[in-house]
Parts: sequence; structure tokens; C-alpha cells
Amino acid sequence: MARHVVAAAGEIPPGGRKLVTVRGRQIGIFNHGGEYFALLNRCPHQGAELCKGTLIGLATSKEPGHFELTRQGEMLKCPWHGWEYDIRTGQSWCDPNDTKVRAYPVTVEPGTTLVKGPYVAETFQVTADEAYVVLEL
Amino acid sequence: MALPAGIDCDVHPAVPGMRALLPYLDPYWQEQVTVRGIDGLDLASFPPQMDAHGRADWRDGRAKPGTSLDALRTHALDGFGSQLAICNPLYGTLAINNEHFAAAVARAINAWLIAEWLDREPRLRGSITVAAQNPELAVEEIERRAGDKRFVQVLLLAQGDAPLGNRRFWPIYAAAQRHRLSIGIHAGSTFRHATTSNGWPSYHLEDYAAHAQSFQSNLLSLVHEGAFAKFPGLIFVLIESGFTWLPAFMWRANKTWRGVRAEVPWVDRPPGDLIRDHVRVTLQPTDRPPSGADMQRLLEQLGRDDMILFSTDYPHWQFDGDAVWPDGFSDDLKRRVLLDNPRQAYPRLQEAQP
Repeated sequence: MARHVVAAAGEIPPGGRKLVTVRGRQIGIFNHGGEYFALLNRCPHQGAELCKGTLIGLATSKEPGHFELTRQGEMLKCPWHGWEYDIRTGQSWCDPNDTKVRAYPVTVEPGTTLVKGPYVAETFQVTADEAYVVLEL
Repeated sequence: MALPAGIDCDVHPAVPGMRALLPYLDPYWQEQVTVRGIDGLDLASFPPQMDAHGRADWRDGRAKPGTSLDALRTHALDGFGSQLAICNPLYGTLAINNEHFAAAVARAINAWLIAEWLDREPRLRGSITVAAQNPELAVEEIERRAGDKRFVQVLLLAQGDAPLGNRRFWPIYAAAQRHRLSIGIHAGSTFRHATTSNGWPSYHLEDYAAHAQSFQSNLLSLVHEGAFAKFPGLIFVLIESGFTWLPAFMWRANKTWRGVRAEVPWVDRPPGDLIRDHVRVTLQPTDRPPSGADMQRLLEQLGRDDMILFSTDYPHWQFDGDAVWPDGFSDDLKRRVLLDNPRQAYPRLQEAQP
């Protein structure tokens, strides 16, 4: 397990995402209101590029005819068949026990700690006065 | 171990004609029927003189099949050693455009069923005929009959004026749930709407085979309108529907739900799971696969052993001799189908044991 600097903190706007390649894996990094999440860019159903899907809310209901939308922007809808995944966990909403996309821990760390290492920053010049998104893999 | 005496969940006592219902109509409708010469309200789905709707060796000449209690005793009850049989009269109630007349006919059919069948044969149980085209009047009829524990379900037709999950029908389901009645959905059409989803077919056999479509539409409607969620204890029995189409249909429903379930957020489980919990099917007619091994695979795909209910579909011609069991049913499954499953599907059967 190594720590990879994958983005500068200001680089991904809230509600935005960035696709990165870490150790040969395509991974989507999501900024949800300052919280960062990372998912493998491969739907476990049929292999679509999941992280190119639309971010939506979680539609639930107490009874027929009642509609509720919570957790806006926290569900990722696969572009091929519409399966919904929780960006926090990678868990499928319809099939939580058997279908899950790989999620990776991501943190935002100040450059002051990062410059001491160890970390891998394939495309970044890390400086002490900035913050960075760091993914563990 | 011998098989137990079963519960036949679909037999059809036939209303001979309006003359037989006259004593059970009030004076206004008696006069209307007599003066206007209203008769012959048999559903076009079941022309009585067609071979399929009266097995040859159960017929008595040109008499309408299902009109004789003695024949039903001999061929259905004694013929299959059944301890009980559930009566589903199929006379034109749902196809009558005048809702008030439809409700009067429904009321008369129920009174006729009580007096001429249930009171005369303790092994018979009844379905409440209702004019579902007016749910308010249907609920009145359910309330009128609910005190008689020999009625075990409310009888609807598969092809009415709207898919059966539609909210207009929910008062009927609420009344049924309140009285521990199940809902029977029987094959049959009003013939006001095309009998297939892509227009009118030319031949009766198309109408009959296409019924699987209408059962599928009704299941989709019941799942997605939220009727199963709203009435959690209510069982819906598909009668004369066939059942071999169910596994593939549930796969399709599940797959579609996964992709677009946000449209119906109250459906919080795969449709197939809801169907398995809420829906039962009668044994006959069985659309037999080529071999017993095929049937066993299909029963595994169905995923539950409590869904199939024994039925002969008397007097309809679905099988010959006593070959009511398709190949591939184990004795253990037959026992469930004969007795355990009907008792679970119809809570009232346990309240009114013979």
C-alpha cells in the first residue's frame, strides 16, 4: 500500500470529478462539497466506465406516491444500465450484498506533511504551501 | 405415503342464464331483465360450446358445462378426491357497461352461489363476484358477503378497463385485506379493449394464449403502482394464467427495476421478490415443458415451493383422464400444492374447515 498524490485540492470543483490512473487502475476522484471519494472506473456489472456516469441523489419513499430525494450528488449512475452506486462506499443500491465497486480511501493533506514523504506523485510537483488529494493504493 | 385430499383452487360453476339469477335480483332488475330480454352474459373469453371450455367426457350433451352440481361432485370433488374446491363463476359482470346493473348481477351471482352451491355442498368455498368497474359498489358487495366465511377471495378478471395495480382498485384491496380475503385474478376479458397489447387478434386461440401478457401487465402494475407495498398481507392468486412464463418475466422485471427504479422509489426490493411474496398461481392449465427435467429446472427458477396451488380448472379441458400433475413434480411438492399452499394463500380456509 502506497500513498499517491492524485490532484491538487483546488483542482476538482465541488460536484466535479477527475479520472486518474494509479498503478494501472483507472480511478475516479469525486469532490462532494469538500469531501473526496474515489471509485474504480469499472462497473462490476458489465465493465462500463462507471465514473463517467451522472451524479444523482438517492430517491426513496415511505409509501406509494411519496417521493423523497436525499444525499444529492452522492449516488453515481452507471452510464450503461443505470445501476446506482454510493460514492461513499461503492455499494450498489439495488444489490447491496453482492454488487460493489471498489472504493479507495482518499484524504486531503497539506503539502507541509507530504514533502516529508513517503508518497508517489507521478505528475505533481508537491510544494509545502498547497493542499493535495492523496489516495491510498 | 399417499397424497392428502387436496384443495382444488379453481372450479367453475356456471350460471345457466339470466333466468337462474332472476330470484336473486330485486324487483326493478327482475323487470328490466325480463322486459328487455337480457340474457347470455357469458364472457366471450369462454364460449361454452367450445371444446376447450368443457371437457368432452365431463359434458352432458349440449348442457352448458359447469351447470350441474352433481356433475361437479362426480368429476371434480370425488374425481380428484378433493376435500374442498373454490368456486369461480365467470358470468359477465365485469363486461357490463352499466355499473349499477353490473353490481346487481354481481350481487345476484353471489346469492345464487350461496343458495345453489355452497349451501348444498359443504366441500365448496366461494369467490365474491364484484363489479370492479365501480370499486365503491364492489366494496359494498364485499362488505355484504364478508360475514360468510365460506367466501375466501374476491374475484377479478385479468383484462378489465385498467391494469389492476391502479389506485382506483385499492379500496377493493383494502376491503379484502380487512376481511382476510385474498384477491383472485382470473383469465378473461371485457372485450371492450383489444385482448393483446398491440391490437385485436383474429382468432380465439390468440386471445387465449395472449392471456399471459395481461397477467404480466397486471403484475407489473401491482408491483410498480405500489399495491404490494400498500397491502403487505394481501395475496393475489393468478388463476388459469399458466406459470411457466414467470421466472423469465421476473428476471426481466428485476433487470428493468435496477436501471430505472428511481421512478418508483417505493419499490425498494426487486420485483421478483415482491411477486414471490404476494403472488400465487393455480396449477392448471400448465404450459408443459418438454420433459420432467425441464419442469424441475423451471420450479427451481421459480425459487419458491409455496407459489403453486392445486387446481383442475373444472370443467375446462386442460388435461385428459386424471393426468392433472405435469411431469417433474415430486411427491413432497405435490403435498404442498394440494394442501399447504392453498391454506397459506387463503387465510379463510382455516377459519371454515369442513
